[in-house]
Amino acid sequence: MATDSHALTPEDHSPVGGLAHDERGGISNVVLGMLLFITSEVMFFAGLFAAYFNVRANAPQWPPINAETGEAFHLEILPLVGPATVLLILSSFTCQFAVWAIRRGDRTAFLRNIGVTFAIGVTFLIMQAIDYTLLYGEGITLGSGTFGTTYFTLTGFHGAHVFGGANMLGVVLYRGLAGQFSARHHDAVEAVSLYWHFVDVVWILLFSLLYLLPGKSPAGV
Amino acid sequence: MATTALHPAARTYRSTLYEWVTTTDHKKIGVMYLINSFLFFFIGGLLALGVRSELAQPGLQFVTDQVYNELFTMHATFMIFLFIIPILAGFGNFIVPLHIGAPDVAFPRINALSLWLLPMAGLLLLLSFFTGQAPAAGWTSYSPLAQDRPLGAVGPGQDLWIVAVVLVGTSSILGAVNFLVTIFKMRAPGMTLFRMPIMVWTVLVTSVLGLLATPVLTSALIMLFIDRNYGGAFFDPRNGGDAILYQNVFWFYSHPAVYIMVLPAMGIISEVLPVFSRKPLFGYKAFVFATAAIGALGFSVWAHHMFTTGAVYLPFFSLMTFLIAVPTGVKMFNWIFTMWRGKLRLSTPLLFALGFLSMFLIGGINGAFSAAVPVDFALHDTYWVVAHLHYVLFGGSVFGVMAGLYYWFPKMTGRMLSEGLGKIQFVLMFIGFNLTFFPMHQLGLAGMPRRIADYSSTAGWNDLNLLATIGGFTIAASMVPLLWNIFVSLRSGKPAGDDPWEANTLEWATSSPPPPYNFDHLPEIRSERPLFDLRHGHAAPAATAVVPQSASTSH
Repeated sequence: MATDSHALTPEDHSPVGGLAHDERGGISNVVLGMLLFITSEVMFFAGLFAAYFNVRANAPQWPPINAETGEAFHLEILPLVGPATVLLILSSFTCQFAVWAIRRGDRTAFLRNIGVTFAIGVTFLIMQAIDYTLLYGEGITLGSGTFGTTYFTLTGFHGAHVFGGANMLGVVLYRGLAGQFSARHHDAVEAVSLYWHFVDVVWILLFSLLYLLPGKSPAGV
Repeated sequence: MATTALHPAARTYRSTLYEWVTTTDHKKIGVMYLINSFLFFFIGGLLALGVRSELAQPGLQFVTDQVYNELFTMHATFMIFLFIIPILAGFGNFIVPLHIGAPDVAFPRINALSLWLLPMAGLLLLLSFFTGQAPAAGWTSYSPLAQDRPLGAVGPGQDLWIVAVVLVGTSSILGAVNFLVTIFKMRAPGMTLFRMPIMVWTVLVTSVLGLLATPVLTSALIMLFIDRNYGGAFFDPRNGGDAILYQNVFWFYSHPAVYIMVLPAMGIISEVLPVFSRKPLFGYKAFVFATAAIGALGFSVWAHHMFTTGAVYLPFFSLMTFLIAVPTGVKMFNWIFTMWRGKLRLSTPLLFALGFLSMFLIGGINGAFSAAVPVDFALHDTYWVVAHLHYVLFGGSVFGVMAGLYYWFPKMTGRMLSEGLGKIQFVLMFIGFNLTFFPMHQLGLAGMPRRIADYSSTAGWNDLNLLATIGGFTIAASMVPLLWNIFVSLRSGKPAGDDPWEANTLEWATSSPPPPYNFDHLPEIRSERPLFDLRHGHAAPAATAVVPQSASTSH
């Protein structure tokens, strides 16, 4: 258990353990693979965003009138969505602190920060679920016209990605507790943190689009 | 005792079947891609025979209108999503790591996932035949035709179709990530980007297209799914949705997908032509840049499928479509001047490559015709379009696939295919193909619309339709010598040896079939033809140099 010099781990001898690392010092396979996968995810959301802008441009006014209540749709930032947004942005910071910690070899700080990130991710999902329940209570549903469909599809797929990212964070946390990461071997941490930042950026765009962007009045008003 | 590790190359005690089902070896996965794709090729082919039988004469002889719609929808779905796209990915899987001197792909287990998603998708599609109504909205599944409403697509069949195509798309995306990381990170020492075989370049560009375009199709299909099942309002005008939106999002994928379906086939014949002409590829760098240009322009032409909607800016998309003919023309010259004054060996792979060249040329020219807006308005949704797409996808891609099969079969199995049977297959397929699809040009000009089960006996379309049906069955007959050839070769074919074609690229430097992890030693790589250098002595002293351990296994 000497810590003063580099002890060879089983990974150094395994014929496949070395596959994930680049001896020439470039970007590792895992991180490059994750970056490419995130590129495809960006295009997936681009398709959904394009659909949103399209229905919005076609609508005579936005937000449109809810056929059931006779009033225009309205979304509330408080009490839930605003705090959830702040939390998710904070989690990007804690996630990056975890990466910096494991790069230094500081496993305690790494585990603490990954744990906080994971907890925030789960909290975000719970807050989103509560928000959905409230909206359904107000009669804003997936089936209520273009507004409900685009709102729930965009936020729902973002939520699904938060769920996926939280699962990855859970795996990283579990592996971290098992002592599998070190300053040399932590490709999974780097890759998962990239994914988490991506999920965060998508939410910032979504929040700006759905809650901050001014609506448009019907023509002639 | 328990600490002794099994050497990777040691025989396992598992059965052969278990070994293949659980393998992460890119070569076995590549071969399974090919087998899986050919199974669906035959299913799609049977459906096409159903279509041609019904159209042989006016009137409804065999099927109802509804069943006819199911036949052509499922024919196209199987051929595009479960044959052409996967089989080219299969060739890429087998060949790309060998071509760049790598032990495997970057993520072997994800590679296995990409493979096994495909038969699952195929089974879901087959399952839809038992739901009362198989998908019948065309392979494009336009809204509102594909919506869950009377005269649309009622029932779960269309939903199974959506799920299946999303699975195929996921397989493509994961495969694209794998190819890109493999190509960028795992090339052997000396294998610079501009020494990679053209096949690898085409797989690279195809992967970029797949990575950027496929998720957009996924989003389109998911929105359609939400419309159908959860009362969504994306594409259904009844609820304030926009039917044209679906076409835009769908073709944003499906036009680049046309290049996904043909670029690797171009890569295959760019490997075959130099070997069988005994010359290097003419204009290597021009070919690479032309491939990249096709990929880039491919993202700006999708709306040429939508000229008649009146909802797209015609001059822009028409111009871009014409522009894409320029890099394609560059490639035609690359191929022609590769053969020019070469010592041609008219083996089966070269014959199929020549079939590709001539048929793809026709497909390119009749496609450029349709890029002219007035011509397109006249020919939209006629049999002209059916002729065009089959000249590109069958005359191009399928001939390329056959060239690749005859070229690499010896490497995959260690056995040669019979040249005689191969030539019989080529002649039957070439004649059958032209009998089927050439008359469709005339039918389209004469105004016959696509996707109809019946036509008037006085319209003047009878003879050409009968001719096309005869051609269709000739194509089917051409599969008999192929299957017999493969069967005989696997049982008692001539052993192939390491390099039966005196080829140029690294896959021929290892045994046939290659061992796990592919190479013990690599020749020095100083050009895009390392084996040519080796054979002609210039690199002989370096040839026996052992690749350093860190370089051969570390990435």
